[in-house]
Amino acid sequence: MLRPTLLVAALAAAFPAFADADLDALRAELQDMKSSYEARIQSLEKRLQQAEAQAANAPAPSPASAVAAVEPAPLQETASNRFNPDISLILQGQYANLDDIEHRHITGYFPAGHDHGAARGFSLEHTELVMSASIDPYFSGYMNLALLDAEVSIEEAWFQTTGLGNGLTLRGGRFLSGLGYQNTQHPHAWDFADNNLMYRALFGEAYGNDGLQLKWVAPTELFMEFGAEAGRGANFPGTDRNKNGAGSTVLFGHLGGDVGVSHSWRAGVSYLQTKASDRDSEIDDLNDVAAETLFSGSSKAWIADFVWKWAPNGNATEQNFKFATEYFSRKEDGDLLCVDNTATGGACTDVTDRYKATQSGFYAQGVYQFMPRWRTGYRYDRLDSGSVDFGLNNAFLPVTDYAPTRHSLMLDYSPSEFSRFRLQVSQDKSMESVSENQWFVQYIHSLGSHGAHSF
Amino acid sequence: MKQFFAVVLLWLPLSVHAALNVFACEPEWGALAREIGGDDVKVYNATTAMQDPHRIEARPSLIAQTRRAGLVVCSGAELEVGWLPLLLRESGNAAVQPGRPGYFEATRYVTLLDKPAIVDRSQGDVHAAGNPHIQTDPRNLARVGAALAQRLGEVDPAHAAAYQARWKTFSIRWEAAIARWQQQAAPLKGMPVAVQHKSFTYLLNWLGLREVATLEPKPGVEPSLGYLAEVAARLKTSPARMVLRAAYQSPRASVWLAERADIPAVALPFTVGGAPGTDDLFGLFDVTLAELLKGAK
Repeated sequence: MLRPTLLVAALAAAFPAFADADLDALRAELQDMKSSYEARIQSLEKRLQQAEAQAANAPAPSPASAVAAVEPAPLQETASNRFNPDISLILQGQYANLDDIEHRHITGYFPAGHDHGAARGFSLEHTELVMSASIDPYFSGYMNLALLDAEVSIEEAWFQTTGLGNGLTLRGGRFLSGLGYQNTQHPHAWDFADNNLMYRALFGEAYGNDGLQLKWVAPTELFMEFGAEAGRGANFPGTDRNKNGAGSTVLFGHLGGDVGVSHSWRAGVSYLQTKASDRDSEIDDLNDVAAETLFSGSSKAWIADFVWKWAPNGNATEQNFKFATEYFSRKEDGDLLCVDNTATGGACTDVTDRYKATQSGFYAQGVYQFMPRWRTGYRYDRLDSGSVDFGLNNAFLPVTDYAPTRHSLMLDYSPSEFSRFRLQVSQDKSMESVSENQWFVQYIHSLGSHGAHSF
Repeated sequence: MKQFFAVVLLWLPLSVHAALNVFACEPEWGALAREIGGDDVKVYNATTAMQDPHRIEARPSLIAQTRRAGLVVCSGAELEVGWLPLLLRESGNAAVQPGRPGYFEATRYVTLLDKPAIVDRSQGDVHAAGNPHIQTDPRNLARVGAALAQRLGEVDPAHAAAYQARWKTFSIRWEAAIARWQQQAAPLKGMPVAVQHKSFTYLLNWLGLREVATLEPKPGVEPSLGYLAEVAARLKTSPARMVLRAAYQSPRASVWLAERADIPAVALPFTVGGAPGTDDLFGLFDVTLAELLKGAK
């Protein structure tokens, strides 16, 4: 009921008087309004008094009028946790229906790093704990821990400059490399329940490194980003080599932009160079007996990536579509030792000889949100066993021209931005002479602060 | 790669602009910056009126524009929490980081309404600082404009006087317009309305309309048919005169309810560019009031 007076007061307060003479007319008009309002207010107040007399136990004032009585005031710092980092926790678990396969691998490829593979039946996936905050005016920090029974792995823990300017950022610590497209995404941000075959073959999960990353964004309307990384290189396809200097280098460049208001894209090229020393992998030899191999040499990979997104009018709330594809080509060159396993009926006899391999592969996927909360997606994986030469070990180890492939179809439902349920069916032919139908039911929930997801 | 770098570096001096690059998170701030900045600024709007400012992708084009910006003007109050931090982080632009003069949050200059008593995700997509959709009350734009004119002068001191002069002219016109709009809106006072999302708290507060129902069960949560039926039933006892939604929102829920309750469903522009005739801030409120008055008939 008090609103008119407040309005006038607020108006008067919000607009300091100006000296210009030609404002007089305006001021007069305003004065007229004021007086007319005042007259109306008086009559309203009279009516109010009458109404109050009639209804002694009137209902509480409506929230709107209570709110109107709030005087404008400078914003106060209210959050008591202002200096605490943003914390979020990601809960993931799944039910997987899989065949009973003892040595799950990709035919023609050395198993990469710590590849957990999905457990059959119900299982908890990594629980991720993420913290991030500004450190001071010059740096920000980020940490991502992956928790699993009796195992905590620091997926990422880095600082990054915020004050260098000129488009430059320097990051130091442990981080997921900026190469490719999917590499920087943690499993909870994947569009499918499991990793694509390309990243599984290249890195196990993703390429992480302890080191430094320098990135530069060009001051152009077209998005252009260039990055260089130097790191320890302890992860597959390299190994920890107990040395000074950089064990791996990564170079990457990305371009991106919009086409109209509804389409956007990003494309990039990346290069990874690292070395391995006695890289330990277990593969089946020609006698179908597990053989331990040790590789020492160089590993170089090229990756090309392309992402295209569509949303009508750029409003992704109702419908949107995303297409992503990546291609790689990797060359490995060095010595391979196949450890003597004749005692268990194996073929290897402790021979070390030159190993040379050039392998490639790709994945392509499309994800379509056809109505709010619901998305469906299809992914195709294909790897090429390429040319592999074990030298003398060709007599003991299998060389194949098999092309591992997989088709995956998924449907997911997200009640909110913070929760998601997913159903996925895959036909997996990543192992020669095995065609496996897999299905997954998965949940991904996030608690805590609202993390921003990259493009 | 090296050659490419060389080409880019040679070309760099060409891309240095005389005008200050302003990156506006929402079109209303872009329009305000244009009123105050005139030819001394080059405004880039990160979003359009047809996009939900809560849900924007941190697209490469936005990173590139953030990189070029001398001033970032956003609503704040966590409206852009899902995308702006990423743009700032990826841009490598030190001048527009939070706490620097190049980073301007409009909600810091007005009193926010709808401050939640409980901040918990079970309450939906709540903003701890309060409702960030402040641009639906023109008096808020005046407060933000005064602060923005001053900030533009800080970031670009060479044109500080021009910014103040333009702001002065604008605020006189704006003051007169507010008086006119309030006069026009007199018949709307006390009118009960239903809203799709809590987008119009400040507008309703300004004009004295009463919000009797929200179609979303919780902020940011799409209503189910069952919930809409509940709202329709509630509207039988406390009827609303119209259902309001923002231009970017799907008409489904409000149209469904409007048919059940036999009241008009009104799409308000919400921000600059949300309807024909809303190319500037004056148009925004002219059309908003015209639509409201049409709905109230």
